[in-house]
Amino acid sequence: MADTTATAGGRESFLGYFKRTWRQNIIYIGFIVVFLFFAATLYDKGFLAPNNLLNIARQTAMIAVMAVAMTLVLSSGEIDLSVGAVAGLASVTTAMAITWGGLPAGIAIGLLTGVAVGLINGLLSTRLMIPTFLTTLAMMGIAKGTAMWISDTAAIPVLDPLYPAIFGGGNLGPIPTLLIWILVVGVIGHVVLRRTKFGRQVLAVGGNVVAARYSGINTSRVKLWVIVISAVTASLAGMLYAGRLQTGRFQLGEGDELSVIAAVVLGGTSLFGGKGTVIGSIIGALMIGVINNGLILMGLEYSQQLIARGGIIILAVALSQAGTRPA
Amino acid sequence: MIELAAKPIAVEMAAISKRFGGVHALREVSFSARSGEIHALLGENGAGKSTILKTLRGVQAPDSGTITIGGEVFDRLTPHVARQKGIGMIFQEMSLVPTLSVAQNVFLANELLTSAGLIDDRAMERRSAEIFGSMGVSINPAAIVADLSTGQQQLTEIAKALSQNAAVLVLDEPTSALTAGEVDILFGLLRRLRAEGKAIVYVSHRMDEIFRIADHATVLRDGRLIDSRPIADYTLATLIADIMGKATRDLSEFTTASTAQDEVILRVEHLSSKLRHGGDVSFSLRRGEVLGIAGLLGAGRSRLARMLFGLEPIAGGTITLRGRTTTIGSPKQATELGLALVPEDRRRQGLVLAHSIQDNIELPILKRLGSSPFVDLFKSRATTDDLIKRLAIKTVSREAAANSLSGGNQQKIVIGKWLATDPDILIMDEPTAGIDIGSKGEVLRLVRELAAEGKSIIFISSELAELMAVSDSIAVMSGGRLVETVDKADLLSSPGDAAELRAEQKLQLIVQRGGNHG
Repeated sequence: MADTTATAGGRESFLGYFKRTWRQNIIYIGFIVVFLFFAATLYDKGFLAPNNLLNIARQTAMIAVMAVAMTLVLSSGEIDLSVGAVAGLASVTTAMAITWGGLPAGIAIGLLTGVAVGLINGLLSTRLMIPTFLTTLAMMGIAKGTAMWISDTAAIPVLDPLYPAIFGGGNLGPIPTLLIWILVVGVIGHVVLRRTKFGRQVLAVGGNVVAARYSGINTSRVKLWVIVISAVTASLAGMLYAGRLQTGRFQLGEGDELSVIAAVVLGGTSLFGGKGTVIGSIIGALMIGVINNGLILMGLEYSQQLIARGGIIILAVALSQAGTRPA
Repeated sequence: MIELAAKPIAVEMAAISKRFGGVHALREVSFSARSGEIHALLGENGAGKSTILKTLRGVQAPDSGTITIGGEVFDRLTPHVARQKGIGMIFQEMSLVPTLSVAQNVFLANELLTSAGLIDDRAMERRSAEIFGSMGVSINPAAIVADLSTGQQQLTEIAKALSQNAAVLVLDEPTSALTAGEVDILFGLLRRLRAEGKAIVYVSHRMDEIFRIADHATVLRDGRLIDSRPIADYTLATLIADIMGKATRDLSEFTTASTAQDEVILRVEHLSSKLRHGGDVSFSLRRGEVLGIAGLLGAGRSRLARMLFGLEPIAGGTITLRGRTTTIGSPKQATELGLALVPEDRRRQGLVLAHSIQDNIELPILKRLGSSPFVDLFKSRATTDDLIKRLAIKTVSREAAANSLSGGNQQKIVIGKWLATDPDILIMDEPTAGIDIGSKGEVLRLVRELAAEGKSIIFISSELAELMAVSDSIAVMSGGRLVETVDKADLLSSPGDAAELRAEQKLQLIVQRGGNHG
């Protein structure tokens, strides 16, 4: 944390500012570097075509939306491994509820799925003191199992024509709805973390839970809220999957928890709590999307893509997290 | 005396000096422990005791001087050599692994092996049982350490030292966490070990224990050897005079006339904690009064602070705030009732170290920064800047991370964040511990200023000079009980039974006797 000593008195040069802050901003630099690299090497393969770029946004939307809430979760010193499975479960419950009660029922049931899961995760962790790593790991299986069970492992078609237009498939003018969802959720998340009292409490709880308690913060309640918000946001992501693919299916979102956590950490949020950035997380998610897309356009086989993607993530995290670990 | 002289010297430290920068931690201090003797090493905090112990353990090399163990002369020891030569340390903070068994801890890093080279748990348990047998205590070697009482853990530490054939046992404040019964068991053991010819070095601030158990006392003050003689040559008053010295540490500049008003703002009656039996605290605090709380380590002072701030459950007794009986269930509620706590451990309890000054100061006043869910940044910045100025916090900006500041300035942030709540009652638990002398003066001056403004302050400190300087009256605690409240004026004027002592030393006498009653 030596970076607080440099600004005494006069203005520092841009180079000085850059030297002092580049680690914090590595994700933005990395994003630009990766983007320019693909833009240059894949120019003739249509990387820069508007349609390709919008596709990247569409493919990344669910990860980005979940990453916003995961930023709060990690900032508070907790973790949520159940987001992917919860997204799958919510896609199924939403699709089934639409079949049964139309659009309003679908939206309500989808979000309620998240509330229910979040309350279970949160109460187990804050009342019984089970670490969220374990409650959400268990919930990952429970949510997936429930989704398989109630759907009989079948894809449930979404029968309402309006639903996909709102949640995923459609465009608003030239802009894909999914991109709007990223913006809406991102702005809300950013404001909550940066500007609200709740956001301050989240960071304080993650930074030093004892000091937070001594400062009069109800630390259990803050954690409970964060975990519920994460599950509800995961449900929203599941509803977006259902909208985009016009089906609810238990496999949707499978394995997303890893991409989401990678995006958040890549963005500069501390795995150990107390420090988080929503904008960084969204850029992190988009960067993963860009890398996936670029590697496909480069013609790499799936096996090679996995290896390249893993290597890039490790490199970026190593650069951004170096020296920030607690002693 | 002939008998004493006949006892062989187990370890001799001769003319040890050690400097840290410009500070002399030790100046030509000599200290020797004899076999078959319990030797008390005494001195106030900062007198040089811990430097002596670190030298003996081999974790710190002296600048000059020699250490002689069993005829062998060393310029310095290493932890390995110290252990090999039979120096056994029993740490104040236990060095046991709570999740392992007693036997596994006794032989930690020194495990007994089977012929196949694997760890032999059964042999270790058998050996541990033998050691406990020889100590005359019964502890199950297969028990998990976390399940033991503090006293049993202490005994396990001793067994660990004995398993390595320690000839010199060093105990640093071993009784601070023990119950009276556990202390009796420990002392019985120490006498037995003395009879077996072990040399025992005993560090404690509790004079009653020193007179009960020690044969010989060595007193250090400001890094110098003051005296070393048989305990029989001392009385409590002369020992305290030796330890504290004649020179008054002049803190009187912080003393002002009492600003206490008539209105009693807080009355506490027979308060006891759920987590410790036998507590009983009664006192009343007036508006504008500074009530000092003195006591030895483990006297229950911090516990009292935590009870008043809703951090520790209360078993019995009443708290009356502004004439109304209240229960305080959480720090949040305590804050709303106009209480504030500057906690003992500023790094762990007081601050989010990685966050900025402003973020830290904001935490307890989030509610007050407007009624909307948003943080009123304008107000927050203004509050922070005011406090940085008022408390003279040395920092480049309010955005600086708390851990980039010095200890004294960190403490000022903690005080600042609670001043921001504009409390009626400010509880300060060891607010000057580990901060530089300049910041310390500022803190003491601030306390008097706040009292003059009509705030009431409960000031917990182990430093009696400071308590004398800043308090209007001083409550002495021992064993969870508040045993006596003395008026500062009485300490300064009345001759009492030890007229030759300074007020500070009289207070020490009361603190030490409080220990006797407990």
